[in-house]
Amino acid sequence: MSITVTKPIRAVPGAFSGLGQRWRHVDKSSWVWLLAIALLLLLVINPLLRLLVVSFQDANGAFTFANYVSAYSRVRHLEALGNSLLLGVSAATLCVAFGVPMAWALSRTDMPCKGLVWVAILGTFIIPPYLGAVGWILLAGPNAGWLNRLFIALTGAGSGPFNIYSMTGLVMVVACYSFPYMFVFVKSALDMISSEMEEAANILGAGGLRTSLSITLPLVLPAILGAFILVFLEAIALFGSPALLALPGRFHVVTTQLWQFFEFPPRVGVAAAYAMPLLGITVLLFWLQRRITSRKGYVALTGKGGERRMIALGRWKWALLAYCMAVCTLSFFMPMVVICQAALAKAWGRGFSFDNLTLQNLYFTIFENELTRTATLHTFVYAGTASLVAIGLALCIAYIVNRQLVGNRVGNVLAFLTMAPFVIPGIVLAIGFYAAYTQPPLLLYGTSWILILAFVTRFLPIAYSNSNAAIRSIHPELEDAVRILGGTRFTAIRQVVMPLLKRSLAGAFILVFIPATRELSTAIFLYSINTQVLSVLLFDKSDEGNFEMLASIGLVLVFITVALVLVGFRLMGRDFMLRRSAT
Amino acid sequence: MSTLVLRNVSRTFGGYTAVDNLNLTLQDGELVSLLGPSGCGKTTTLRMIAGFVTPTAGTIELDGEVISSPASSLPPDKRRMSMIFQSYAIWPNMTVAENVGFGLKIRKVGGDEIRRRVDEILDVVQLRGLRDRYPAELSGGQQQRVALARSVVVKPAVLLLDEPLSNLDANLREEMRFEIRRLHDEFGITMVYVTHDQAEAMVTSDRIAVMNKGRIEQIDAPYALYGNPRTRFVAGFIGRTNFLKGQPNGMAVDFGGFSVPADQLPRERAAAGDILVSIRPQCINLLGARPATANGHCLVEGSIERRAYLGEYWDYYVSIPGAPEPLRVTTRPHEVFEVRQPVYIEIDARQMALVA
Repeated sequence: MSITVTKPIRAVPGAFSGLGQRWRHVDKSSWVWLLAIALLLLLVINPLLRLLVVSFQDANGAFTFANYVSAYSRVRHLEALGNSLLLGVSAATLCVAFGVPMAWALSRTDMPCKGLVWVAILGTFIIPPYLGAVGWILLAGPNAGWLNRLFIALTGAGSGPFNIYSMTGLVMVVACYSFPYMFVFVKSALDMISSEMEEAANILGAGGLRTSLSITLPLVLPAILGAFILVFLEAIALFGSPALLALPGRFHVVTTQLWQFFEFPPRVGVAAAYAMPLLGITVLLFWLQRRITSRKGYVALTGKGGERRMIALGRWKWALLAYCMAVCTLSFFMPMVVICQAALAKAWGRGFSFDNLTLQNLYFTIFENELTRTATLHTFVYAGTASLVAIGLALCIAYIVNRQLVGNRVGNVLAFLTMAPFVIPGIVLAIGFYAAYTQPPLLLYGTSWILILAFVTRFLPIAYSNSNAAIRSIHPELEDAVRILGGTRFTAIRQVVMPLLKRSLAGAFILVFIPATRELSTAIFLYSINTQVLSVLLFDKSDEGNFEMLASIGLVLVFITVALVLVGFRLMGRDFMLRRSAT
Repeated sequence: MSTLVLRNVSRTFGGYTAVDNLNLTLQDGELVSLLGPSGCGKTTTLRMIAGFVTPTAGTIELDGEVISSPASSLPPDKRRMSMIFQSYAIWPNMTVAENVGFGLKIRKVGGDEIRRRVDEILDVVQLRGLRDRYPAELSGGQQQRVALARSVVVKPAVLLLDEPLSNLDANLREEMRFEIRRLHDEFGITMVYVTHDQAEAMVTSDRIAVMNKGRIEQIDAPYALYGNPRTRFVAGFIGRTNFLKGQPNGMAVDFGGFSVPADQLPRERAAAGDILVSIRPQCINLLGARPATANGHCLVEGSIERRAYLGEYWDYYVSIPGAPEPLRVTTRPHEVFEVRQPVYIEIDARQMALVA
């Protein structure tokens, strides 16, 4: 066996000139990491800093408390704060009632038709919340809403009892589109509980109900509390549904009030001052939520243990199924039916009949209407670009942190900054971006870049948690092996890391792309006439009462999402959207 | 091919000193192992040689060129080395042939040449038939061979091995030890081999550097290391042994219960004051009756305290009146003694090693 000896690729150098040696010793990849860090500062730190600064500035840039005075001196403004709290607490409570029994039913019982319920919950998750609100306007708008008309037809009364333009209506709609969070949290906690824990209680003499209440429930309580806080925060940060329902109902929540501060002429300073409690509450509660869900000592969080057997419910399973279907009817079936009807109707008020059917709305929306066509294009381009940038940046940061290219402490700060937008309500982020990038040197307002960068920032945490998990799955020695064989760090990334990450990055792309296509709360503050996206268009058109067109735009959004979700299924398995890590 | 010199190399992580003032010179074509328990700094040393870790003091030189110093460090990709990792680090997205040919591709070797050399080396490691498989379809041993082939085919200046056999089962591990030594002899590559397994180090190495707490305790050929350990740590880490405390007493050294003539002990460091010696259990004879002729060895009476039968040998603990601890003695399987049976032990003082 002979192997011919070829001479080494690089001749062994005897001595090096100082500069040459230096250059040979420098790791050429450093500048990429520096760029990523700079971008992170631009996206996260600068807007937040500017938000804080403008809240203390008057029109001439001088220091003042006047913004805080005008933000909190009106009863109206304080009422809006109270309304937001009421909305958050009520919606979160309702979510417990909606989500917990469904999670238990799907995780622990022999209830039939689980697949159907699962699809309906996924459907609820897929519908943009503001589209759900549009559906509920069609259902329970005063007088003209389908439910009211049904009531009048059945009872002969003069008017119907339902009014969606009310606090009750708003709470119901918000809860309908937030309960999937509760469901996901509680179900994943339940999935971790081994049947043996319940059986241990059974063998000691506890009955089914007693076991559920004294063993199972306490084990999932942290998950319920965590989800409660999450839903509360979602609810108070929401812009679309409150704007669609509260404004016609003549009351304000914090987000709609913020929106008012932006009506011409925009009072950015006041808005910034008014946004502070929203930011403060959010940061505080997220911290609390982390504490609760990461508490040690709960086996429920330590991983799948033991075998799991389904609880036989007997005849009660039909009652449970009825309850699940009722919730799904409120959140998914009814709104989708009326939205499809409106999208396919010549006039939605003429009801469900064949002579009222037309494809004209959809055709017009997709092919003829210049406005919707450009908005659709923008939606795709912005969301796509934002997803790519977000994942690229998140991947860089995750790589820097995991491979310890900077000190441990700097790494922790980077990871923290990347995850920080998770606790910033979209609307607050938008005001920060507005404050930071409407003036030189970085005049981005009016360009598509301000939307794209805002989307990047908003969904950076999703991109990061996915990129981070992906990077962690790659053994560092796979890269070391490339380096020692003569490849640079870039060679290692290009030849080994990227090929191995392809699938999970495609999945991450979808997980960022989906929310980016429907993002409203940041877009509404940052768009201009030339940079409209579908969500903004839909919101803008809601004033005109052209529900056929609204529904059509909404359906286009739903189509886009469903297509992406189907791709996601192929890449990541059926539960990729309803996994806890994804939310 | 290449000589590698580590001069006063240290590495600290925060306040923790992983490698402490280490000196090591590898001659061209030599295979030296770094042997020690986990946390002794052997892997950090290896990663410094590879260029993944920068020393905080000292220099590393390859053929006279300083490749590592606290000021600057040549990146791993420019060191002309290769490495075998504990996890093998076979790239799962490439076939066996692609894995093996990767380093050649980086070195801009032509396609035909790559194919020829890959096939040659795959023959050497007996993987020719699997060249187009993906790593997921290979067994652990086959993956190990791919890693070997991949790192040898580029003819590295130095080949670094980081616990390469720790993920294999016992039989395969024994086979691969010889395989590695065979590859070394065939290609004459300078190698640094990190392991915590003394048998592995003894089978493969020209010299073994025993490391403890970031320092090299002793560096020697396997035979010298086993027969003449210089520190308590080395004697205890390599193989089983008895430690005996002795007090020099005129012409003899008293070990409590028995004594040996001082002039039979190894000369070096036979200074005044208490001494510590190590003697291997298999270097002591165990006898049922007093031997007819004394052969100059020290003869001591004792009795069996406890025993264990391990198939390949008997492991006896013999208590000696006046000695603080029982003496451990191993015998061949057929030499059976009962517990509490009176026995004689024969100690050859020349088998003792003075340790610090």
